Amino acid sequence: MKGSLSHMTNSDIAASGNDRWLYLFIAWIIALAASLGALFIGEVVGQAPCSLCWHQRAFMFPLAVLLAVASFRADAGAWRYGLPLAAIGMAIAGFHSLLYAGFIPEGIQPCSQGPSCASAEMTILGMLPLPYLSLAAFMTIAVALIGSRSKAAS
Amino acid sequence: MNRRTIVVLTGISALAIFSGATVFHQNEQNKRARAIAASRSEALVRDHSPIIGPATAPVTIVEFFDPSCEACRAFYPPLKQILGLFPNDARLVIRYAAFHEGSDVAVRLLEAARLQGKFEPVMEALLEFQPEWADHDKPDLEKAWARAKDAGLDIELGKRDAARSEFQTTLDKDGADAKALEVSRTPTFFVNGQPLTEFGPRPLYEMVKREVEKARK
Repeated sequence: MKGSLSHMTNSDIAASGNDRWLYLFIAWIIALAASLGALFIGEVVGQAPCSLCWHQRAFMFPLAVLLAVASFRADAGAWRYGLPLAAIGMAIAGFHSLLYAGFIPEGIQPCSQGPSCASAEMTILGMLPLPYLSLAAFMTIAVALIGSRSKAAS
Repeated sequence: MNRRTIVVLTGISALAIFSGATVFHQNEQNKRARAIAASRSEALVRDHSPIIGPATAPVTIVEFFDPSCEACRAFYPPLKQILGLFPNDARLVIRYAAFHEGSDVAVRLLEAARLQGKFEPVMEALLEFQPEWADHDKPDLEKAWARAKDAGLDIELGKRDAARSEFQTTLDKDGADAKALEVSRTPTFFVNGQPLTEFGPRPLYEMVKREVEKARK
């Protein structure tokens, strides 16, 4: 191990470890911003989450906690736990985005089942569609987590 | 700065930003609510509405009220206490916001009780026994009538009165005013034309007290 790295200086090793940590940290920041953003829209603004939003929350909220601990401990193995969450969240957000864009028709829902997942109200600041934001967040987290993998760990 | 400090500070800043945004948003909402109430003040008090307390009291509490709403039920005892503290200075104007299934019938029942001069006892009975009759999916209005009868209502007469067309007019007008004032939850209170921005018996008491003191000056 030490022999194979002998051509690298100590500062090189430190820098690459730092980069990996930075990826982890970025993934956490995004999960944190997305979680607090969802809470703000739901609890403060009072826009009730549709059922697909709930499922995305179920995968985003644990990421905010898990990646906080991982960043704090500089745990290079965190991607193993975070990536599955991000991947499933991405799948749900992808489906939601297609629904929102109108590529998948929303089945006729009986009334009183909560807000529609494809309604035009699903925006923040009056313009950014929430499903796309969610998809972008999950994707960025997934990419950052892949970047945070340490070679030695994989 | 080491990584751990960065992580902790980031977490704290995120929560601080969240709290700041929450306070900001609530302030904006309160400003908006005050502006709506000020620009549509004529929608707050109508001649047809029931009044509890002295008709000429200087302080008017307007309550958008739904007889089937649990929060209205929970709010009634403290509300009565507040009125009791200012017996000559405060009056309660009831506006109906029949948001639940069966609420409209309960409102007709209350209006029929008002014709017989039994508004308050019947309203108190409906609220007390609300869990019995006001299931949101399957309201049982017969039980409500039975409780009203126990409270002294002549329900033979009351049921005939309940069909009166002016009750429908009252329901429609109150519904339209609730919409104009953007009332979406019950109970919603206004004191002398200003919305109660922080929900709860204590803030309502503070607001009424402030208005009473203003009126006494």
